Amino acid sequence: MSKRIDVTDLNVYYGDFKAVEDVSLTVEPRTVMAFIGPSGCGKSTMLRTLNRMHEVIPNAYVEGSVKLDGDDLYGPGVDPVRVRRQVGMVFQRPNPFPTMSVADNVLAGVKLNNKRISTSKSKELLENSLRAANLWHEVKDRLDRPASGLSGGQQQRLCIARALAVQPEVILMDEPCSALDPISTLAIEDLIGELKESYTVVIVTHNMQQAARVSDMTAFFNLSAQDKPGRLIEIGTTDKVFSNPDRKATEDYISGRFG
Amino acid sequence: MATLTRATSASLTSGRLPSWVTGLLLSVAILGSATFFLAVGSPGLLRILFTGALIFASVMMVASLAVEGRRRAKDRLSGIVVTSAFVLALLPLISLVLSVVRYGSQRFDLQFFIYSMRSVVGEGGGAAHAITGTLWVTGLATVISVPIGILAAIYLVEYGTGPLARSITFFVDVMTGIPSIVAGLFAYSVFVLIFGPGTESGLAGAVALSVLMMPVVVRSTEELLRVVPNELREAAYALGVPKWLTVLKVVLPTALAGIVTGVMLAVARVIGETAPLLIAAGFTQSLNNNPLSGPMMTLPVFVYRSYVDQGSPASAYLERAWAGALTLILIVMILNLAGRLVAARFAPKSGR
Ligand SMILES: Nc1ncnc2c1ncn2[C@@H]1O[C@H](COP(=O)(O)OP(=O)(O)O)[C@@H](O)[C@H]1O
Ligand SMILES: [Mg+2]
Repeated sequence: MSKRIDVTDLNVYYGDFKAVEDVSLTVEPRTVMAFIGPSGCGKSTMLRTLNRMHEVIPNAYVEGSVKLDGDDLYGPGVDPVRVRRQVGMVFQRPNPFPTMSVADNVLAGVKLNNKRISTSKSKELLENSLRAANLWHEVKDRLDRPASGLSGGQQQRLCIARALAVQPEVILMDEPCSALDPISTLAIEDLIGELKESYTVVIVTHNMQQAARVSDMTAFFNLSAQDKPGRLIEIGTTDKVFSNPDRKATEDYISGRFG
Repeated sequence: MATLTRATSASLTSGRLPSWVTGLLLSVAILGSATFFLAVGSPGLLRILFTGALIFASVMMVASLAVEGRRRAKDRLSGIVVTSAFVLALLPLISLVLSVVRYGSQRFDLQFFIYSMRSVVGEGGGAAHAITGTLWVTGLATVISVPIGILAAIYLVEYGTGPLARSITFFVDVMTGIPSIVAGLFAYSVFVLIFGPGTESGLAGAVALSVLMMPVVVRSTEELLRVVPNELREAAYALGVPKWLTVLKVVLPTALAGIVTGVMLAVARVIGETAPLLIAAGFTQSLNNNPLSGPMMTLPVFVYRSYVDQGSPASAYLERAWAGALTLILIVMILNLAGRLVAARFAPKSGR
């Protein structure tokens, strides 16, 4: 598992509004890429183009190409539903399905797709996904209870387990810790460290320390003015971007002078 | 250093009327007003209650002003006004239920439920034909309008954009305002055009009712689907679930409890309709379990016919009318309870 992402000359639009302009970048397999930058510079927008979630919004579209191990996600005949089974996503706010139990939430990708799967297989998938999300020990006695009874941090790890159960190649995370307390945040950061052994991970974060802690590569986005499209300013290894950035704007942002 | 004098006293406590005062004053006021009207010789429940409430409100205000101060007194006054408005709104309902139960229970016997009015003149007989008819007609109306209504709402919320969705919304709004008699005439004329003049049937009645039900179902379902958080849809999409399965298995179950309640309200709204059924389903004295042919009696029409076409003794007809009304109210109540049970069963579970 785990695939390489190549983005070339990507422009992203909401109707007439160009939100992100001219982005090219590469994410290697089994690494963590962090997207950082001030609010509104298009990090979430950029992230959502990587699994074709962007076009869920009416009139939203994309120019350019995003390749997953060489296969263009936006090529003719590509089914966005299939793309999303390979590129999973975790959202800013934990969003477990309120009508389902903990177990059903983890298996949602299977059950909602009407796939038949044997009881032993589904038990195995359930346990493996929860273990991979470091949640098994906390919930193994309450698998049949509603997911809404879990704490925020547990719900977020449940959402990660749910994404893992689809067995994707890539995991996208949009500020996965911004709604969580420090301890849950730490749990998720540890988890990201483990996930990169088997997946390609792209994470959006507002927290510089977090980017420095969890990521191998960092991409800094910025926008020149309100209502102007966001652009990729600098990309490189996290060490390089944080200790010795090439661009003045990157340095200013990282040292907290704006944003 | 100059000290500022505080405008209000720094004390955190203030005078407070003990809670039993309210009850005491209320009973004294009502007793007083009762004694007065009895002494004058014109007792009347409404008169006594109204005067009692007025006396209570003024005494309470004065007492509160004296002991508790202006702010609390205002609070008391608004409390009294709101409570009286509530009681006032409730009075007609209570009075209605009481009289329906009182008059309706006289013929609320087994015979009423197992006999029709076939060859019954005068006393005896029952409303079996009207009860089954009402169940048939409203049941069919529900079967027709609920799927169409829910699908239309799903289209409007999940798929619809542009002129088609806008025109559907517009026509649903127009349908909400259709007078029920017009719905009856519409259904009747449709069936007459197809099956020839004089065609009355349970199905025609059901069509008339579904014209009335559909906009209610669309509107309430639409509102409930709109409040399902978008995050849940996106969560499903991100798992590689196609849109139609997302709607079917995530959006609908989340909104189901509310949708069931909405459908129940829609049923309750049409089950008491009289005029459209009088035209489209007609009336008859005998049991008809075939909604496709022949007139079919329904409870509201049964009540209406028993009242306008009193035979002799008239009391037998009137008692049957009241019993019919009571049955109708009970059916609506049972439907509501069932709806609530179903809604509670399907409501999103909260684990805390
Ligand atoms: N659903 C949307 N419709 C229209 N414009 C949007 C939408 N979502 C975001 N935008 C715009 O796109 C730009 C980038 O937003 P976003 O990707 O959310 O930024 P970030 O995640 O970096 O804070 C902003 O100007 C925002 O106003
Ligand atoms: Mg964002």
